[in-house]
Amino acid sequence: MSLDKEKIKHVARLARISVDEAKVESLTKDLNSIFKFIEQLNELDTDKVEPLTSILNQSLRSRKDEVNDGKIREKILKNSPKKNEEFFVVPKVVE
Amino acid sequence: MSKEKFDYFIKGEKGKYEVVIGLEVHAQVLSKSKLFSGSSTKFGADPNNQVSLIDSAFPGMLPVINEECVKQAVKTGLGLNAKINNYSVFDRKNYFYADLPQGYQISQYKNPIVGEGKVLLDMPYGSKEIGIERLHLEQDAGKSIHDMDPSNTYVDLNRSGIALMEIVSKPDLRSPDEVNAYIKKLRSIMRYLGTCDGNMQEGSLRADVNVSVRKEGDKKFGTRCEIKNVNSIKFMQMAIQYEAARQVELIESGQEINQETRLFDTKKNETRSMRSKEDAHDYRYFPDPDLLPLKLEQKLIDDIKKSLPELPDKKKERFIKEYGLNTYESNVLVSDKEISDYYEEVAKLSDKKLAATWMMGDLFAMLNERGLDISKSPISAKHFAELVQSIKSGEISGRIAKEVFEIMLETGDNPKKIIDSKGLKQQSDPKELEKMINEILSKNKDKVDQYKSGKEKLFGFFVGQVMKSSGGKANPQLTNEILKKLLNG
Repeated sequence: MSLDKEKIKHVARLARISVDEAKVESLTKDLNSIFKFIEQLNELDTDKVEPLTSILNQSLRSRKDEVNDGKIREKILKNSPKKNEEFFVVPKVVE
Repeated sequence: MSKEKFDYFIKGEKGKYEVVIGLEVHAQVLSKSKLFSGSSTKFGADPNNQVSLIDSAFPGMLPVINEECVKQAVKTGLGLNAKINNYSVFDRKNYFYADLPQGYQISQYKNPIVGEGKVLLDMPYGSKEIGIERLHLEQDAGKSIHDMDPSNTYVDLNRSGIALMEIVSKPDLRSPDEVNAYIKKLRSIMRYLGTCDGNMQEGSLRADVNVSVRKEGDKKFGTRCEIKNVNSIKFMQMAIQYEAARQVELIESGQEINQETRLFDTKKNETRSMRSKEDAHDYRYFPDPDLLPLKLEQKLIDDIKKSLPELPDKKKERFIKEYGLNTYESNVLVSDKEISDYYEEVAKLSDKKLAATWMMGDLFAMLNERGLDISKSPISAKHFAELVQSIKSGEISGRIAKEVFEIMLETGDNPKKIIDSKGLKQQSDPKELEKMINEILSKNKDKVDQYKSGKEKLFGFFVGQVMKSSGGKANPQLTNEILKKLLNG
């Protein structure tokens, strides 16, 4: 797989990272060499291997259906750059 | 019941088009707490008061799955005759939006908890099977409120993290009527199971609607558009009608249909492109490193299977067999679990067929008028059964029964008491009736002569007179018989 400049800009936009136009060239080069390194893994034949989701040999921990959290609105809203007594306030997003 | 033919096509200038519809239904799981946190799921709380540090995605918080939500998904899967997967995986679906604090939704992508199943619909043209592609568990997002401030959007995270079941149908639906029947059937099954309350006003049940069109007879599907987040059956139907017509127009004018996400504007009754969702399909799914795969013991699945209640399809068959109802009556009475429970209680104590007729008539009309669920009916099943029995035994006529029904509503008394205290018992003594009828006939000699000379319409007049002078209590059947005998004799 190789990335071109457009792909780099697209991924940056999806990740909400602002990338300087001047840096796109060098980023593309760097990322491509990282990919090349990772792609060595493709030399292995994994046709008959199930995809691995976790290396831990444990099963998923679960909890009982109980209400034991919430009612901490002040804490929740505390770090919000903009808020009122009840809500997070964000720039208008309307379709 | 006569069988109609399926006939829903969009007529273009160049021919008829078939509409192909698939639904992704989002059903909120009935549970006390959220899918991965201990905050309450109760509807209507103060904004942001049912939010934990997990739901608001504070750094370092780890999700722990609610075992009840897993069971509810399995239950629903079994109710949809679906395959339950013993192994499923939670993935992150990445997208950026103000009401999604994590920046991703925990969902299931490659390995959902429930696989293929099916739902049966009773349509006027026969029964139709709709395939279920899959059911998976995922988190709901928060709520953006756009109309409280002209320049800002407010975000309430109370809904954030509530468990949803996304139920994906195969593209098997062909008309707005089928969509209506499908949603109602899903809703009914989930309400029987107690896995989703199906309350569309509160957003417990919403759907993304995939619509495409193709020339009648074509085998290949057309390009589809996805209409996001429609929250009522009526709006789904309107959106489908608009969207199908739009696509036919594009095809006929030689233009291409873009595969895109659209929204339905309920005020303008139109769908339009959601440009902000251009990148929406670039979700970059990957397994959530915070969660291990979900492995279900076969025993758990088997135990849930054994605990399933009787579901609408089975109950419908039983009602037909056990109570002698027709398909239509049976369908109506099993559509809602509370309704079927009420009916069975009434049917146990009275005539089964007459009970169905009176429930679907006067009782439903009254509940409808008052906007009440049957569980809130001012008339108990026991009293209603007594009323039905009084009609069946001939104690009162259907007309008087309506009167008694009204008094029951007002006073809450049982029908026996009302019939006795108001003297509403039907007059069924032939001798008494004959005496009364003779009096009426002798008072109306002119009309009797007219009747005898051929004006047979006057029969109704005589019946009316008998009813009037008996205060509506004359047994209608006997009245007819005696009148005929005396007039023709």
